[in-house]
Amino acid sequence: MTMTTTISGWGNYPRQESQCTKPSTAALLRTAVNQEGSLLARGMGRSYGDSANAHKVLATSYCNHFIDFDERTGKLTAESGITLREILTVIVPKGWFLPVTPGTSYVTLGGAIASDVHGKNHHIAGTFGQHVTSLNLVLGTGELLTSSKHENADLFHATCGGMGLTGIIISATIQLIPIQSSFINQKTIKAGCIESACELFEENNDATYSVAWIDCLAKGKNLGRSVLMLGEHAEEGGLEIDLKEPVAVPFNTPAALLNSMTMKTFNTIYWHKAKAKPHHAVPLMPYFYPLDAIGNWNRMYGKKGFLQFQCVIPKSDGVANMRKLLTEVANSGEGSCLAVLKQFGKANDSLLSFPTEGYTLALDFKLNESTMQTVSRLEAMTLDMGGRLYLTKDAVMQESTFKATYPNWEKFEAVREQYGAIGKFSSMQSKRLGLA
Amino acid sequence: MKKVLIIGATSAIAEHCARIWAAKGDVMHLVARNEQHVQTIASDLKVRGASEVTTYYLDLNNVGRHEELLNVADDALGSVDIVLIAHGTLSNQIKCEGSVEETLAEIQTNALSTISILTLIANRFEARKSGAICVISSVAGDRGRSTNYVYGSAKAMVTTFTSGMRQRLYKSNVSVVTIKPGFVDTPMTSEFTKGLLWAEPSAVAEKIVKAIDEKKSEIYVPSFWWMIMVILKKLPNFIFKRLDL
Repeated sequence: MTMTTTISGWGNYPRQESQCTKPSTAALLRTAVNQEGSLLARGMGRSYGDSANAHKVLATSYCNHFIDFDERTGKLTAESGITLREILTVIVPKGWFLPVTPGTSYVTLGGAIASDVHGKNHHIAGTFGQHVTSLNLVLGTGELLTSSKHENADLFHATCGGMGLTGIIISATIQLIPIQSSFINQKTIKAGCIESACELFEENNDATYSVAWIDCLAKGKNLGRSVLMLGEHAEEGGLEIDLKEPVAVPFNTPAALLNSMTMKTFNTIYWHKAKAKPHHAVPLMPYFYPLDAIGNWNRMYGKKGFLQFQCVIPKSDGVANMRKLLTEVANSGEGSCLAVLKQFGKANDSLLSFPTEGYTLALDFKLNESTMQTVSRLEAMTLDMGGRLYLTKDAVMQESTFKATYPNWEKFEAVREQYGAIGKFSSMQSKRLGLA
Repeated sequence: MKKVLIIGATSAIAEHCARIWAAKGDVMHLVARNEQHVQTIASDLKVRGASEVTTYYLDLNNVGRHEELLNVADDALGSVDIVLIAHGTLSNQIKCEGSVEETLAEIQTNALSTISILTLIANRFEARKSGAICVISSVAGDRGRSTNYVYGSAKAMVTTFTSGMRQRLYKSNVSVVTIKPGFVDTPMTSEFTKGLLWAEPSAVAEKIVKAIDEKKSEIYVPSFWWMIMVILKKLPNFIFKRLDL
């Protein structure tokens, strides 16, 4: 049941030799916590850096069962290792949808809670954890404890966004949202620069979904040119869901294929091809999960892997600060094709939850020495601006940055202490960030 | 809406077949040893769309209760359209070599218990003149190899037994499908290092459900194992015995 293998996050950096146990039932997952030493639950391994890396991991992939689904109320209970994709296959045809979804459906329910993931509707719906009505957690003592906003609330708010450091999530109940159609009415608007993009977010704050693709390589008057995509659930078109198996990238492609030249070309073509469009219906899967159509797209960054940088900066001075960050990225000339800009709504009560009110920027950097330095400069700038980095994307943040930008970290440690998590649950990331 | 009896319902391959049937709204009766595990699977299948799921707990080595098992299944399902037999253990070859008891126990689990239940089902389906019987055998049964010939010889017995039964029941409109999976990534094989030859249980299950629908006789899943086994079976003994397989 236990194997030694090399694991890594979605960015393929850093890699970690790990003892991986894959319990075949939830009952065995629970007893596996009793083994010697500190460990960590691991789902699909889709966080980018080292937050799901540990010397000992418990894979939750066999604990992927539905427990209950009330089709009248939209309350769904399932084991933590089930993927959002599997959930969608069952709920969409019945007229329900995830209240919040990240940009890939290949994440587990447990992972979505531990990362307190956000989606294109953060400004309205908040994070995934805000829609969890209760969860069952195995503590470091082996005890199984239920928590929610009302019951063991301190543990609940440490577990949502807690990166698996409070225990092993065994199962959870979420409240789904009703839909009439599996289509999204999408509206596309072009913004010629960062100032105009931020203005458009403000103007369209009542849109259910909003996100922008941003050209991180454009400079000068084009700096921050974006394609804003707004979406509303359609009312017509039926409830069918089309789950195509992804086209795989079967091996690591030479990283040299993605260089500043090819990416600049891609971005320029993408920008000029994008057309402002009034509302038109698109199916749900490609709207929310465009990259899921390509399996292992992370391999396109080559063997060495990549870093993903995602920050949020406060709304006050947000536009000017975003310009500074984008200038830094554009000057480095190494940002990726896939950069995303979004306006966040208010923060929530979870102790290590990432989103705070302001603007978030996410982009990839092919891993090399110079991008390491770029990311480190961006980290320092974010710190100065009063922002923070997303733990789920992070592989390199310094302890001092983490502690300065996540002021609730001490409360988080106190809750972990109280529930027996200290010394029992840890990741390579938690060690790097100075958590006990 | 089909009525499916699944024996060894906690096996990963069987569970993935059941998920496919659930999505089609079929009715299932699950038989397995581990009560808690089979309950988890039953609840899951209901959410995935199964019209009805009932359960029965039995260690299949208890052959004295096979008749009762089938009676309960008939009561639960009305009449059974499909039987999938998937229970088994992956024998520890080294342990078996050192112990007659261990060897015979593995043969009992992987061959004799299956043959007991097959005998009873065959007579019922033959009398009714309908039904499909699907048995999970293994590529390991095609030729005995030093690393797992106890498991292999049990599966060889299952393969040969179902081959004969298929001929016999053909006249009665009953199909018998023998499945020979290669390496499948399941809890049963969790201690093996996985390589290119390994398949996911969900992919294997899709092939199995299709084979039952199409009344296939004997299939290798994934299908490339057919080629591997042709070569392996044709190897002359003076070469074969020198290999470490």
